[in-house]
Amino acid sequence: MPNQNNDCQTCGKCDNTAREKNSSKNGLPLHTIIVYSENISGLLSQITAVFTRRQVNIETLNVCASSTPGVHKYTITCFCDTEMAEMLKKQMEKRIDVLQANYFTDDQIYIQETALFKLSTPAVLQNNRISKVIRIHDAKIVEVNPTYSIVEKTGLTEEILSLFDSLTELECILQFVRSGRIAVTKSTIEKLDEYIRLREKKHAQIMEQ
Amino acid sequence: MSEKITGAEALMRSLVNEGVKTIFGYPGGAIMPVFDALYDYRDRLNHILVRHEQGATHAAQGFARVSGEVGCCLVTSGPGATNTITGIADAMIDSTPMVVICGQVGTAMLGTDAFQEVDVVGITSPISKWNFQIRRAEDVAWAVSRAFYIAKSGRPGPVVLDFAKNAQTGMVDYQPSKVDFIRSYDPDPQPSDEAIKMAAKMIDDSVKPFVLVGQGVELGNAQKELREFLEKAQIPAGCTLLGLSALPSDHPLNMGMLGMHGNLGPNVMTNQCDLLIAVGMRFDDRVTGNLKTYAKQAKIIHFDIDPSEFDKNVKVDLPVLGNCKTTLAAVTKLISPAKHNSWIQGFQPYAEKEYNKVIEKAINPTEGPLLMGEVVRKVSAAANNEAVLVTDVGQNQMFGCRYFKFTKPRSVVTSGGCGTMGFGLPAAIGATFGAPERTVCLFVGDGGLQMTIQELGTIMEQQCPVKIILLNNNFLGNVRQWQAMFFNHRYSFTPMANPDYEKIAEAYGIPAHTVVDRSDLDNSIRVMLDTPGPYLLQCAVLEEDNVLPMTPPGADVDKMLLEVKD
Ligand SMILES: Cc1ncc(C[n+]2csc(CCOP(=O)(O)OP(=O)(O)O)c2C)c(N)n1
Ligand SMILES: [Mg+2]
Repeated sequence: MPNQNNDCQTCGKCDNTAREKNSSKNGLPLHTIIVYSENISGLLSQITAVFTRRQVNIETLNVCASSTPGVHKYTITCFCDTEMAEMLKKQMEKRIDVLQANYFTDDQIYIQETALFKLSTPAVLQNNRISKVIRIHDAKIVEVNPTYSIVEKTGLTEEILSLFDSLTELECILQFVRSGRIAVTKSTIEKLDEYIRLREKKHAQIMEQ
Repeated sequence: MSEKITGAEALMRSLVNEGVKTIFGYPGGAIMPVFDALYDYRDRLNHILVRHEQGATHAAQGFARVSGEVGCCLVTSGPGATNTITGIADAMIDSTPMVVICGQVGTAMLGTDAFQEVDVVGITSPISKWNFQIRRAEDVAWAVSRAFYIAKSGRPGPVVLDFAKNAQTGMVDYQPSKVDFIRSYDPDPQPSDEAIKMAAKMIDDSVKPFVLVGQGVELGNAQKELREFLEKAQIPAGCTLLGLSALPSDHPLNMGMLGMHGNLGPNVMTNQCDLLIAVGMRFDDRVTGNLKTYAKQAKIIHFDIDPSEFDKNVKVDLPVLGNCKTTLAAVTKLISPAKHNSWIQGFQPYAEKEYNKVIEKAINPTEGPLLMGEVVRKVSAAANNEAVLVTDVGQNQMFGCRYFKFTKPRSVVTSGGCGTMGFGLPAAIGATFGAPERTVCLFVGDGGLQMTIQELGTIMEQQCPVKIILLNNNFLGNVRQWQAMFFNHRYSFTPMANPDYEKIAEAYGIPAHTVVDRSDLDNSIRVMLDTPGPYLLQCAVLEEDNVLPMTPPGADVDKMLLEVKD
């Protein structure tokens, strides 16, 4: 297994800044892994441990309640080959309280991310290219005061990073934050519902016995 | 009808409900309410006081391995809990059903670095099948039932319950609980008819099929199904270390042990078969050697209950998910009777070669110091090949597993995936409780014995009938062998000064004898087996003996060394 650990602080070779290319790294494609679990405490560390043990870095992670009551949804991105994604899936599903884990490439899911930029208002006022860049990128200015302005951009990772690049060039960024990726599948089949239906059927069978 | 009882007593009732009769444990501050409740349950719950919590876990493992039931441990918080870590990790990798209940500080003190507070859930999460912190007395019945259900179902494993003190003392309206379904966990996956049919076809089409028998056969209680399967199509088989007793040693289709120190035939033929059929085994690196050359010529079918084992180390052509008791039986029905005579005969030259070059010398030496191999084979024969073999780790383990013979299932208790020195003595104690009607023979080295030697105290107190065969070579022999073979004979910290083990046994009131001369061996073994209760037989064996044959780590599975070149 190739070493997939690319912690820039330790190797110094890779570029792990916010500007990093997002579609692949070291020839490994970006996978989005969607995990569903029962709402039981301690699961997040179990899930992340599956990645660290196999030397895969988590790029982004989002956790929230899902549309199914009592079920949590984790949206995780990482660079790994399909074999590794399959291994991660199985190892996560092996945890007792994980319902299901599936991995996707970008064409199989609808993706969204949000970023917030805190910009220096004096800088913005001084250089009118900044507001132009914001407009071109279809970003929203949500707060302005004499010291700073806050810009919100929702979209694909590439779009956010492109805005980040432009604003960095214009030297006006005070703070930047990008949310973890969130995604829903494009499939017409709801795999989780199917799984839960199957399990309920099995439960009914056990109760009968 | 319900009534108010403490959480501690709720634990007692829950354990009784789960059918627990034996507990291995050690008390301490944070588990005292439970031990107080236990005092009134001594008639139903036989608590064995060990001498170190690691011993409790290995004893529970030994108990579970021979009985098929869940082993149970009860320890205190902090150091009591951390002392169980090795046993939990060992049970995880070797799929041994076990429930470890440890005390924990009260919930009000959690996270404050309270006295003997350790994050047990955090520490044990990667090495347990499931763990849970019981914070309220109301949760005891549910948590215990869930713990036992998870530990024993599917691919078995260790479960840890971290029992906060306020939950032990809190009052609860006790209602028994029975967990037999968890939505997110399917321990009994439905086998696919497609896969079964496909497997049968692949087997029918095969000219040179070969079966790898793993512990899954024992865990799934599928020994009979395995035999019927092998016999119907006359398929030769090799056994992993933990699968050794799933098939009688002398069964004509049993070609011997797989792995680094296994038999020549099954290892070589792994790379000659046209169909490799793995049953309840996980392609450990000690079995496969170099994965790049492992069984590349063959199609591979993998029977397992744990889907995460498929394609983990070895890419397989056909995974067959499910309990092998069911899947083997289903495949047996579909396959056609076959013979495979010439293929089976192909194993013979390798068996002969190994016998002439290695085995004969190991079990029938005529001169020189005693050898581990001859001791093991003689003990096995003297016990009619019906005893339970328990080993520690090292050369004693490899010689033990190579030369002991098995006629009954669930007869091997050894630390496979973890290779835990110190496992043997406490595991043997547990085995005497798990299979009280059987003879339990422990082979242990001078190094490993000293890692858990305090359990002689448990043996003394309980009069556990463990036949301890100490194979004393005055070396950390296994490591010494590697130093000889791969580190230019530089014996860095492997020679060891030993105490007088007979005197130690005497101090514990355990009868003991030392064999130095070959002429004394048979009789000494007889005396050991005929003496009721525990016995220590120390054998002064050749100091620099080597376990052979050997596949060096990372070498091809069919490139076994039959001798060590100096
Ligand atoms: C807890 C632990 N520590 C270290 C090792 C590494 N190790 C494997 S075998 C061995 C030597 C065992 O010596 P001994 O118990 O005398 O058995 P022998 O090989 O001589 O039969 C050692 C140190 C281990 N397996 N487990
Ligand atoms: Mg030794």
